[in-house]
Amino acid sequence: MILVTVGTQLPFDRLVKAVDTFAKDLTRPVLAQIGKGSYTPQNMKWIKNIEPADFDSVFRDATVIVSHAGIGTVLTAKRFGKPIILVPRQASLGEHRNDHQLATVGQLAGRPGIYVAHSDEDLKNYLLDDLDSPSREDPSEVGRASLVNYLKGYLATV
Amino acid sequence: MTEKKLKVLAASSGGGHWEQLMAMRGAFEGCDIVFATTIPGLLAKYDIRDGLVLPDCSRDSITMSIRCFFSAFAIVIKQRPDVVISTGAAPGLFCLLAGKLTGKRTIWIDSVANVEKLSLSGKLAGRIATLWLTQWQHLSRPDGPHYAGAVL
Repeated sequence: MILVTVGTQLPFDRLVKAVDTFAKDLTRPVLAQIGKGSYTPQNMKWIKNIEPADFDSVFRDATVIVSHAGIGTVLTAKRFGKPIILVPRQASLGEHRNDHQLATVGQLAGRPGIYVAHSDEDLKNYLLDDLDSPSREDPSEVGRASLVNYLKGYLATV
Repeated sequence: MTEKKLKVLAASSGGGHWEQLMAMRGAFEGCDIVFATTIPGLLAKYDIRDGLVLPDCSRDSITMSIRCFFSAFAIVIKQRPDVVISTGAAPGLFCLLAGKLTGKRTIWIDSVANVEKLSLSGKLAGRIATLWLTQWQHLSRPDGPHYAGAVL
């Protein structure tokens, strides 16, 4: 299953509409979490929000995640070992207060299991591909261990 | 006699801030840890039984901010943590401020989403936090924020 998720805070109709437009051409079924969006998908299953209690099972069932460039979803995809395709929100299209999601994808592009779609065509091509998942030897684990150890060390001195 | 465990209050907004806090929860092993967040369901999602709920707020609503500040203050007074830690955003900053005003150690870890500059909360946290961290090396400065790693 392809899981599309836009988060709970802001609508992201551009992304939902793009996937809905070519959902019929995809080989896998799609579930879209549309949040506060007003566009109603015609060609794929959709829900407004995923209840926190259902979240894990929905993520486990997904083979690939399509998402706005929200850190929460990136970390969740990593936790479940799923490839994630990011579509950054753009301030010029009224999709966020500022363009920090563009900056985020600028830094994350090319990391294992993370793909950045800059156009609808990019997105469709990624969804027709078999994308690699983040590997167990994800280099970002080093940074995380470093932060955790640093905090541990700091707390030990208090 | 066993030594008293260090009590830590870890507070963040729901969503990405919370996922980041969860990604570093290994740092709290051996501590008496209390988590607080703005979306109640998130506590259950991570099997946290004695977690606390903070009212959400943003810079757009003054009423909500005042409510959030008093709630953060009440939590810090009641829980009496030795350390207050947050990954953001405004509700976490209020917890840090309450911690600072009551003489606790305070730790701010700016969100990894802030790639080009610190958030407004993150900048303000620099005046409050005893440990002030960014998750991007290029945003670190000699006088802080410092870089010690990142969840991503």
